[in-house]
Amino acid sequence: MSRRLDDIDRRLVLATQDGLPLVPRPYHQLAAQLGIAPSEVMERLLRMLAGGVIRRIGAVPNHYAIGYTANGMSVWDVPDELIDELGVRVGELDFVTHCYHRPRRLPEWPYNLFAMVHGGSRAEVLHQVDDIARLLGAASRAHDVLFSTEILKKTGLRIGG
Amino acid sequence: MPEPVLIDEVDRALIDHLQGGFPICEEPYAEVAGWLGIDEAELLERLERLLATRVLTRFGPMFQVEQMGGAFVLAAMAVPEGDWRRVRALVDSLPEVAHNYRRESERHTPFNMWFVLATESEEGIAAALRRIEEGSGLPVFAFPKRREYFVEMKLEVRR
Repeated sequence: MSRRLDDIDRRLVLATQDGLPLVPRPYHQLAAQLGIAPSEVMERLLRMLAGGVIRRIGAVPNHYAIGYTANGMSVWDVPDELIDELGVRVGELDFVTHCYHRPRRLPEWPYNLFAMVHGGSRAEVLHQVDDIARLLGAASRAHDVLFSTEILKKTGLRIGG
Repeated sequence: MPEPVLIDEVDRALIDHLQGGFPICEEPYAEVAGWLGIDEAELLERLERLLATRVLTRFGPMFQVEQMGGAFVLAAMAVPEGDWRRVRALVDSLPEVAHNYRRESERHTPFNMWFVLATESEEGIAAALRRIEEGSGLPVFAFPKRREYFVEMKLEVRR
């Protein structure tokens, strides 16, 4: 499914990965910077958005600053033959922000379903994890919750220059 | 943990409404300011302040690396306390490391350092993993995603 970007797309990614210019006509500023027409900047961004290269355009809040001081990565060992059905259902819970199937790493790591949960406190996150446990029922053979205790680095995704 | 920063009702509305759907048009900030009932200059000032105080970590397009032909992998290590500073410095120094979190388990899982590698190619991931293993002398466990069931990082401001 990967779509290679052409040179101008790539330059547009580089020019915007730190953020959009905070000026009244940001796409015009990017156009001037890249030496192309403003309409082309907008068309390319729309195309990348439609094609999924851009997930969305907007603000990324710092979770701590907006009241989500607890973030728990809940991890579950569920049977492989059930994981797709269960993963979709867990992903539908409104407090789950990410839900993935990932490989086990036996013997250290028996878990194959990862669901990230955000809340105002550890207690709230643990209640939410209980809701997931109820949803999974006997399909969950073991689980754990890993709380983040420190953000060591957060720069977002970058491609080289 | 950072100190809570004071934000008002307009900031809240701005954060709740602007986690996606920023318009692609000639004067997008003027359009958004209209939704919020403020003027464009005030919206730009608020965005600048929210970014400067780190209430927002970013404002702009969020790219999906895989769709660009790149790769994106979650990885973990079990780092002994005595090695923590050294290993952290090594991992944080790599430009391929997009996030790095310290996590503690409810059930004593030994993995306490969790990071995300983002590179322009699969080979870049393998090379970065190798550099971390060789530099730290510790094994790195990669957890590439097999399937994505849900991703939606939008969170409402808590009152």
